[in-house]
Amino acid sequence: MTIESQLADHRRYLLRFARLQLRNDAWAEDAVSETLLAALTRPQTFGNRSQLKTWLVGILKHKVIDILRQRQREVSLTQDEGDGSEELEALMFKADGHFARPLADWGDPEQELNSRQFFEVLEACTDRLPATMGRVFLMREWLELSSDDICKELQLTPTNLYVQLHRARLRLRECLELNWFGNRPAR
Amino acid sequence: MRLMRTCKEAAALMIAREDRPLPPIERVALRLHLAICKACPVFERQLLTMRNALGRWRHYTDE
Repeated sequence: MTIESQLADHRRYLLRFARLQLRNDAWAEDAVSETLLAALTRPQTFGNRSQLKTWLVGILKHKVIDILRQRQREVSLTQDEGDGSEELEALMFKADGHFARPLADWGDPEQELNSRQFFEVLEACTDRLPATMGRVFLMREWLELSSDDICKELQLTPTNLYVQLHRARLRLRECLELNWFGNRPAR
Repeated sequence: MRLMRTCKEAAALMIAREDRPLPPIERVALRLHLAICKACPVFERQLLTMRNALGRWRHYTDE
């Protein structure tokens, strides 16, 4: 298999992650193209498919950070107005601060966490986050940046960052409970 | 000093803990709340499951 066809093989996967992180198709295409180009101009041989993939994902992450840095203003200034976060908190908690309804016991889903179906639900839930919230959340969870670094890259105040992350995690929890844990596919 | 936390406040602390260390006073307040609350330990386990799930997802390379 030539390097070109191996790269074509991975393109779709890389694009999925770039889109999820950047929330902008043109930026995602740029990041992936630059990643594939970097692989082509590097006369390095890769032992197997998964080594190449790991290497590509590593490069993609750097390209994505570059783009987030260049687009910093566009990324951090977009506000997700009326994004439903307050409504979600009002649904979850009563006025006195107690949970409004009992939480589902998710059990010990060791096996399920490795299933492809589960990752599809997790990705769909992540994709459903409003743009700014989703970017910030994935910088933390996919790019694995520290809170300090995210603030620096996006010129966000820590308070602003924590509000976004708080909302993102609450929503993700709600989405997983509705679409997976509360309603597991029959197996 | 007020050490009692509502479930909503405790949940916010547990979420914050995913991204930053809590100040000592908040850690104590959270531990106290978890000891007397039925719902919040469930929430805590859910967050732990989410943390594990995101970790697996991050390193999931199968297609």
